[in-house]
Amino acid sequence: MAAPLPRVEYPLAADSAQVYEPSDDTFLLMDVLQAESPRLRESAPAVCLELGSGSGAVTSSLWASLQLRTPALFLCIDINPRAAATTRATCALNGVRPADVVRADLVHPFAERLRGQVDVLVCNPPYVPTPPEEVGTQRIEAAWAGGTHGREVIDRLLPGACALLSACGSFYLLLEASNRPDEVAASVRALGLEAVQICARRAQNERLSVWRIARARATPAPA
Amino acid sequence: MKLLTHNMLTSPGNARGFPLKIEGATVEEVETDFNAEFISRMVAKLEWDALLGALQQLGVAHQLPSAVPDKYAEDEAFLKALHHVLVEVEVMEGELVCPETAKRFPVKGGIPSLI
Repeated sequence: MAAPLPRVEYPLAADSAQVYEPSDDTFLLMDVLQAESPRLRESAPAVCLELGSGSGAVTSSLWASLQLRTPALFLCIDINPRAAATTRATCALNGVRPADVVRADLVHPFAERLRGQVDVLVCNPPYVPTPPEEVGTQRIEAAWAGGTHGREVIDRLLPGACALLSACGSFYLLLEASNRPDEVAASVRALGLEAVQICARRAQNERLSVWRIARARATPAPA
Repeated sequence: MKLLTHNMLTSPGNARGFPLKIEGATVEEVETDFNAEFISRMVAKLEWDALLGALQQLGVAHQLPSAVPDKYAEDEAFLKALHHVLVEVEVMEGELVCPETAKRFPVKGGIPSLI
């Protein structure tokens, strides 16, 4: 079943050129979240966070897929000021609430207070290989420019994002084949978490996959 | 920016940069559906003194006690008062100030910029 496709609200006419428009990668992530929604609903999430929310389409779709009986707090982060404004408008249009958008670099401002508190974490990172000097802007390129192997932002976001995950939390991370997903999964495991590929899809010249990252279950002590 | 979100924000890269002081704020109040279970679940995540401080800085009147009541989950009057300040009070414009470094972060159109 296809995921709910929310309408995007651009506050300014120019925003559609300054904010990443929902594309194949966005739709894959929405579909995965839709497929995961029964287990997520079961876990009764209290805090959902999207890192790099862009247009706000993924969070709005997640909200519609989850159909939570008890609401959760939906937080979104983007470094691009026009993306942050668009996320806010799109969430309002689609009735996502309570929701808030913060302009930030990675999850830094939540690192202390949301440590171990986030139940659903979603990130469609800038995964496209680019020259390293294209990384680090606060404009639309921040949505795709990933530097060497498209991995520079992914490598930088992992420790902080993983630290926010609650005991039963799930972190959905989209990757592309040039990111060398097995290496990313190994980095996650080195942080003491589990990483499982749950979906893969070809989209034009990209080989996309979505990974679910969670805290490793405690193994029973040997008898 | 809701006060629930403000309660979760720290000056980036500064573990002691909490709570951020709110200055020169323009506030809007937006009516939102009350859900006792949601508010109750948020209580354990809050830094209570930071919330009371933010309310004082905003000059928002409230009926919250100086500490969280013992049986808060059954106290509907408390949960409703808390619901109002956590999700119905929206800081639209203003500045957030780091208590450690005095670094200032703007809030524009309801969006804080913690960069």
